[in-house]
Amino acid sequence: MTTIITNKKKSVAVNPLKQSPPLGAALAFLGLKGIVPLFHGSQGCTAFAKVLLVRHFREAIPLATTAMTEVSTILGGEENIEQAILTLVEKAGPDMIGLLTTGLTETRGDDMDGILKSIRKRHPELDSLPIIFASTPDYKGALQDGFAAAVESIVSTDYGTPVETLPKTSQQQVTILAGSLLGPGDVEEIKEIVEAFGLKPLVIPDLSGSIDGHLDDDYNSKTPGGTSLEQLQQLERSLFTIAIGESMGPAAEILQQRFGTNYKILPSLAGLGAIDKFLWLLAQIANYNNDGDWQFNPKIPQKYLRQRRQLQDAILDTHFYLGGKKVSLALEPDLLYQTSCLLQEMGAEIQAAVTTTKSPVLEKLGIDQVTIGDLEDLEDLAVGSDLIITNSQAKPLAEKLNIPLYRMGYPIYDRLGNGSRCLVGYRGTMQFLFDLGNIFIDLGH
Amino acid sequence: MKLTKGKIADLLNEPGCEHNHKKEKGKNQACTQQAKPGAAQGGCAFDGASIALVPITDAAHLVHGPIACAGNSWGSRGSLSSGATTYKMGFTTDISENDIIFGGEKRLYKAIAQVIKRYHPPAVFVYSTCVTALIGDDLDAVCEAASEKFSTPIIPVNAPGFVGSKNLGNRLAGESLLDYVVGTAEPEYTTPYDINLIGEYNIAGELWGVLPLFEKVGIRVLSKITGDATFEEIRYAHRAKLNVMICSKALINMGRKMEERYGIPYIEESFYGIEDMNRCLRNIAEKLGDEALKQRVETVIAEETAKLDIALAPYRARLKGKRMVLYTGGVKSWSVMSAAQDLGMEVAATSTKKSTEEDKAKIKKLLGKDGIALAKGNAQEILRVIEKTKADMLVAGGRNQYTALKARIPFLDINQERHNPYAGYVGLIEMAKEFDRALHSPIWQQVRQPAPWETVSS
Repeated sequence: MTTIITNKKKSVAVNPLKQSPPLGAALAFLGLKGIVPLFHGSQGCTAFAKVLLVRHFREAIPLATTAMTEVSTILGGEENIEQAILTLVEKAGPDMIGLLTTGLTETRGDDMDGILKSIRKRHPELDSLPIIFASTPDYKGALQDGFAAAVESIVSTDYGTPVETLPKTSQQQVTILAGSLLGPGDVEEIKEIVEAFGLKPLVIPDLSGSIDGHLDDDYNSKTPGGTSLEQLQQLERSLFTIAIGESMGPAAEILQQRFGTNYKILPSLAGLGAIDKFLWLLAQIANYNNDGDWQFNPKIPQKYLRQRRQLQDAILDTHFYLGGKKVSLALEPDLLYQTSCLLQEMGAEIQAAVTTTKSPVLEKLGIDQVTIGDLEDLEDLAVGSDLIITNSQAKPLAEKLNIPLYRMGYPIYDRLGNGSRCLVGYRGTMQFLFDLGNIFIDLGH
Repeated sequence: MKLTKGKIADLLNEPGCEHNHKKEKGKNQACTQQAKPGAAQGGCAFDGASIALVPITDAAHLVHGPIACAGNSWGSRGSLSSGATTYKMGFTTDISENDIIFGGEKRLYKAIAQVIKRYHPPAVFVYSTCVTALIGDDLDAVCEAASEKFSTPIIPVNAPGFVGSKNLGNRLAGESLLDYVVGTAEPEYTTPYDINLIGEYNIAGELWGVLPLFEKVGIRVLSKITGDATFEEIRYAHRAKLNVMICSKALINMGRKMEERYGIPYIEESFYGIEDMNRCLRNIAEKLGDEALKQRVETVIAEETAKLDIALAPYRARLKGKRMVLYTGGVKSWSVMSAAQDLGMEVAATSTKKSTEEDKAKIKKLLGKDGIALAKGNAQEILRVIEKTKADMLVAGGRNQYTALKARIPFLDINQERHNPYAGYVGLIEMAKEFDRALHSPIWQQVRQPAPWETVSS
């Protein structure tokens, strides 16, 4: 079992690895269609999150603020929340609002349930507008925690009765809870895989429709794509829930409690074994819902049989370069798990692992220890490794240590294509292995 | 520096600021303006204070608050350094629930100790944030104790986000410099030609396009406040003969108070465009009052403009008559206009949102009768104006980059996130190049072009 190290004596985070939970929650909300995430905090809380996401995705990102001031904080935020919601409804006409708290308003202790109730009472015209609320104090956890909290609130919210006008397809629906380890390109690949099995994916949140980088015809002051309100109303119809990333477990549990939907948590979707498991699960779900005289006959689509062989070949080709390499990682727990497992499967050695927040997945990393810390910790631990994998903020330290840097996580400012990059599934894993292999080839290893 | 209501009111009503010259009701909105609930934009006071102080390259900048304030923003500012890189590092106390319950002062003190022990900065700027201000942590007391204990200046910056806008944060940062830094050391020597540059942050290395000019005419920049500055040079800024305010409104309180305290006069200038750059050099020479200097300035202006005319000729031919919509704040709304017109381009519309009455008068003169002055605006409004005026491109801050690109319109970034230096004479060439590149790129046709199957009418 992996030992989790927190340096209790350290009172300062130097070059923080962590981003705030509200940012994570906003990111999750951005995977819903027609939404505006609304930060209940000072205007800066929104501005910083917005700048980070805009620079990472190179997209316009719709985020709003309740613009709390010193005075409104002391008096309580009800008026600001009310005004913000009404303004958004008027200016952006959202299908949903994703409301989240920040350190400021959590410290003050605004009674959010009470506030929302009284706003709804005063404004019956908002009855049909879902307001999805997540409590995300800045001082508790990291991006991954905020993201998970938002997903939990998305699956807990009542979206009204399903609209029957939606065409009922013969396809059976599967809920995919897409954790914060997945980018828009990863989600796109997952949807394609699920559809290839004849299943209909209901992905929460679906970043692939909203911040994947595509040109729309109109200007958007809310998200142009993602999981729609109609889809969310169909949640209970899903046959099964697949939670990708350990942090999606609690949300899957909520769905089981609410609708009796069974679930399975897949902590990783990269690497041969992990993807095999995913496809096998999909095949069984697809097989299970074959009507008539049911027999156990799960089928894998032809193209994935082929992709699997391609990946095996890629593993052979790249193992010369990756085998025995010492890699130091600084990633959020779920992404750390997925990435370090894959590296170990390739025969690489994890020299150092730094992460942002506590998580049950950390104990299963299969390495001696993991540090909950910052990039200063990484700098100390990574000396002598062959490769560093973390966000682009580590560029100066990688240069200082003269170790190549492979960028993963948030934020990535100095690489293009973060909206479409895919590192999961057979193809995504191949891409990852080739990327890393090429780095070592460049170095002449 | 205790942050009191009176202090904030004083800064908002800063008499040096043009916004306050006309005391009519509602005239002061530019300084007091704060985001409205439901709005999307705008940094907080803490953001503003960071923008003004983080460019001090050898200092450590320690944020006392939860992870959001530093974690989401560190290392992303565009100020460049010719030396130390400490300012690029992110330091934060990253407070937890426990600190909120029991107070964060002890943690802050230990954090300062750890930063000093490992990184030995000449000074530490400590920033309060909404949460640590709300729980009542006494930043000043901790900083004072730590200054003594570690024999290092530890400077409190009381600009928590919720007190106001970015602009107010700039001024609060200026107050910290005035109260704790300026006047605490002496320069090795002084000359009659010593000036300070205030409010220039060396974004994309802009200073480096201007400093050689000063050197050439014999003006010494004693202190840069704060672009590419060392902590030490700001300490002896009080020995300059003249303060030159660049992004003039942001740190206007520094100009005025240094005049009060040290008798240093100040002027407000811009580095953008030929006219402004010429005027800047002439005004400095005028203020320093030396015939020989004035003569040297004229010589350099003549040389530089002659060189510039040759360098710009090909661009002027290609840019002539191109029309832009300009969306930016304050001084830049007219200074960039005059630069654009130097290149033969037209400004179809510009924003006056954060402009003073004086700014607005300049804008009116530059715009001509057909130009539109945008009093307020958001993304949709900008797009509407671009369509209405049939402008060729949008020149604005990075925040509006995707507004323009998504509408398939050429864009040039003019604000603090930009990657190209536009200041001084060389900056104008750079700007011309960028305009040309943006306007004449072959991509515009492609991104606007319908697919073959979209043109078939059924």
